[in-house]
Amino acid sequence: MLELRKDLFADERDDNLKEIGKGTQRQDMLGHVTGTSTYFDDHKLQGMLHLKVVRSTHAHARLRRIDTTEAEHSPGVRRIVRGADVPRNLNTLLSLINFGKDDEPSLAVDKVRYKGEPIVAIVADSPREAYEAMAKVRVDYEPLPTVFDVEEALKPGAPVVNETYPKNTFTYYDVYDHQKLRFGDVERGLAGADHVLEQRYQMSPIEHAPTETNGSIAAPDTNGRYVVYTSTQALFFSVDTCAKILDVPSNTFHFIGGTVGGGFGGKVDTLTEPLCILAAMLTGRPVRYVLGREEEMQYGPPRGAERIYIKDGVMRDGRIVARKVRAYFDSGAYTRLSSYAAVKCAAHLPGPYTIPNVYGDIYCVFTNRTPATAMRGFGVTAVDFAIECQMDKLAHLVGMDPMEFRILNAYRDGDMKAHRREAKNTALIECVQIAAEKAKWPLREEFKRASSRQGGGGDRAVVPSTPRETRPQPATASQQRTSYDRAPAASREPPPPASSPPPAPPRPPAAPSHGATRFSSVFGTRRR
Amino acid sequence: MARHRGRGIASINYPVGMNLGGDPSQALVHSNPSGKFTVALSSIDLGQGMKSVTRQICAETLGVPVEDVYVDTADSDTGPHCMGSFASRGTHRVGNAVMAAAKEARGVMMEAAAEELEVNAADLETDGRGNIHVKGAPHRSISTKDVAIAAQFKQGKTISGRGIFLVPLSNVDPETGEMSPATCYAHACLVAEVEVDDETGEVAMVRMDSAYELGRALNPRLVEQQLVGGAWMGISHALYETPEPVYPDPAHGPRDFVEYLMPGPGDICPHDIAVLERPAADGPFGAKGPGEMCANPVLPAVANAIFNAVGVRIDDLPITPEKVLRAIKAQGGARPQARR
Repeated sequence: MLELRKDLFADERDDNLKEIGKGTQRQDMLGHVTGTSTYFDDHKLQGMLHLKVVRSTHAHARLRRIDTTEAEHSPGVRRIVRGADVPRNLNTLLSLINFGKDDEPSLAVDKVRYKGEPIVAIVADSPREAYEAMAKVRVDYEPLPTVFDVEEALKPGAPVVNETYPKNTFTYYDVYDHQKLRFGDVERGLAGADHVLEQRYQMSPIEHAPTETNGSIAAPDTNGRYVVYTSTQALFFSVDTCAKILDVPSNTFHFIGGTVGGGFGGKVDTLTEPLCILAAMLTGRPVRYVLGREEEMQYGPPRGAERIYIKDGVMRDGRIVARKVRAYFDSGAYTRLSSYAAVKCAAHLPGPYTIPNVYGDIYCVFTNRTPATAMRGFGVTAVDFAIECQMDKLAHLVGMDPMEFRILNAYRDGDMKAHRREAKNTALIECVQIAAEKAKWPLREEFKRASSRQGGGGDRAVVPSTPRETRPQPATASQQRTSYDRAPAASREPPPPASSPPPAPPRPPAAPSHGATRFSSVFGTRRR
Repeated sequence: MARHRGRGIASINYPVGMNLGGDPSQALVHSNPSGKFTVALSSIDLGQGMKSVTRQICAETLGVPVEDVYVDTADSDTGPHCMGSFASRGTHRVGNAVMAAAKEARGVMMEAAAEELEVNAADLETDGRGNIHVKGAPHRSISTKDVAIAAQFKQGKTISGRGIFLVPLSNVDPETGEMSPATCYAHACLVAEVEVDDETGEVAMVRMDSAYELGRALNPRLVEQQLVGGAWMGISHALYETPEPVYPDPAHGPRDFVEYLMPGPGDICPHDIAVLERPAADGPFGAKGPGEMCANPVLPAVANAIFNAVGVRIDDLPITPEKVLRAIKAQGGARPQARR
């Protein structure tokens, strides 16, 4: 049941509109209910080959030898793709916006860093023949010590998961191993509080569980272009990631998305397109690469786990005077997007409340598990769980009603937020009041009368004096651009012969290479 | 041995859009000679209703019926650049781009109509039903179809528009975290009622009451679909889901929907929702984005309700019967808190 509360904020709205505000039927409703909406996998192309990936059986191991001799002669196999075949076999997604270092190969060459990491791709006439050939690939592993706990990973002597980040944490601004938030003097706030409560919260990984698993179909098109049908949530993110990895201009590709069968953040990673297109380039045939359910669930990126410590100082009258947060985002073996989630988390602290002293240290930590990625509420869902459980405990501690406790501490128009921007257009108080009304939860009159539009600003608009910390010297010289184009171990191995001579990928001579230079077609050459 | 009921609340806000490198989206709008409009986007509809919401925004801005607008998405050759469908940015960013494009197209349409009616374009208005007429003189009218024909074949005008919406890059101060992460925020508060079985540790959802503030509900039925579905996902996150059931030990990972736990139809509960609309200054018709945040308040509200029911705090997700039962045993039995 949905009720529109037009009585609230009516003076801020023009409700006299013709199409806006109507419950018009969806444009794509007929297709959905008759089963005729087109998904990427509805394109069955003539001569289409099937790509399957041989994945690591170890969470951390050196790759001594990858023997594909028997697999190459397996019936129906058209091509085996190895790391050496990938033009730029090292990437990080947010290099598109110059954030972070290239740290993840499309196909592992010297080392695997999580169980399920892709090592070689088999391209065959049928899925069955691809599976049969997969069983014939021999990989000689030298197991390495593993680390799965975020706090263990930060201890001295912990196994190095990803050599790009030898301390097992993402590097922020070339200097810090975490994202900082500093607002006011949190230690003084805690010292002056009537009660101090420190608690630990843990969000486990979560699978996006889309009905449609990640996948794509790539096919050679006329004039040296490739058409790509994909489940991506971010078309140009995928286009430009593929252009970088395959080292061709972005207009080599015609990407066509469809109806997406469930995204929730799990289809932002450009998981299948680069190998799928590369296989189409190498074979000259349409290629389909779709994750199976087990692959999607275990090796497709999940919502990352987060461990969050919150230490709050609260007064007897219910005012929160200090909030100190230390959070660890489990990024898994590679960065993907977790580095950004930590920034978003810092900006979100201390939740929708006005607290005069706030302190945050947010770590993006590497462990030997499936790389994590975005998911609904990225960087916020787990911290909201922690903050709101903490709010309940604080209310209990000072003997206040939890609804009234939230209204008392809620941010209001004109307040200064911890990321040093003025709060505007706030409505937390009204949400609490209406939820209380709906749930028949009694509020005292003064809390019923509170408003987001009143009582903010003034003393609450001031950025408090904040103790300065000494800034360490940059650990590395400036932000690293990709230091090697092809993984050294891979380039020593000659690529296996193709079963048929592949057409050369199109390379217009005048086009600039997309690799180590800053990204072009989307973001220009701006540096952070 | 008994079942105990409890209520818990949580209140949250949520930033609309990402901002780490700048956050742009573009749209193109053009009319065919029959006065039917196409919106060309590279943006992706994930099922949330992006096509429908941008269609309504375009129709409202042009002043034509929604049936006269078709939104084409997800093509890198025909659709201009968009960052993607994530971070609750679709309605706000893409909606604004479509609005800008539709405004430009409307300008040409009104000029073409003015030429046909031999009046000043400033004196014209649309009726939202496919006609353009002189203000205060509805009989001096021309259909958008006739305008489109005249523009195309007689006047040589293209009734089209380009739109971009960009939230510029905000640098983050490394020392303090000072930044402009978002231009507007959605809000919510949710009350969850649960029933906890102190013999099995099982938690059953009884009901939820909530209030969500979204700037503007551009299409209330799409909003309802998001909020209801999102709250189910919140229940699922709170009580059921994880691909790593013994995290940080990676063992025993589920491989399919038999092994991966999610609530079934019998595990969800009635949910009574109020929608508040405090328009965002830079939102299309004030809209923010309901997409992601609707799941967030459910997790802590459920955890707090469990405490209210049996007196145990479970701070590790998901809140499985095993964790609840162990905690109840550790404190020597259920300790129901003050009923509220």
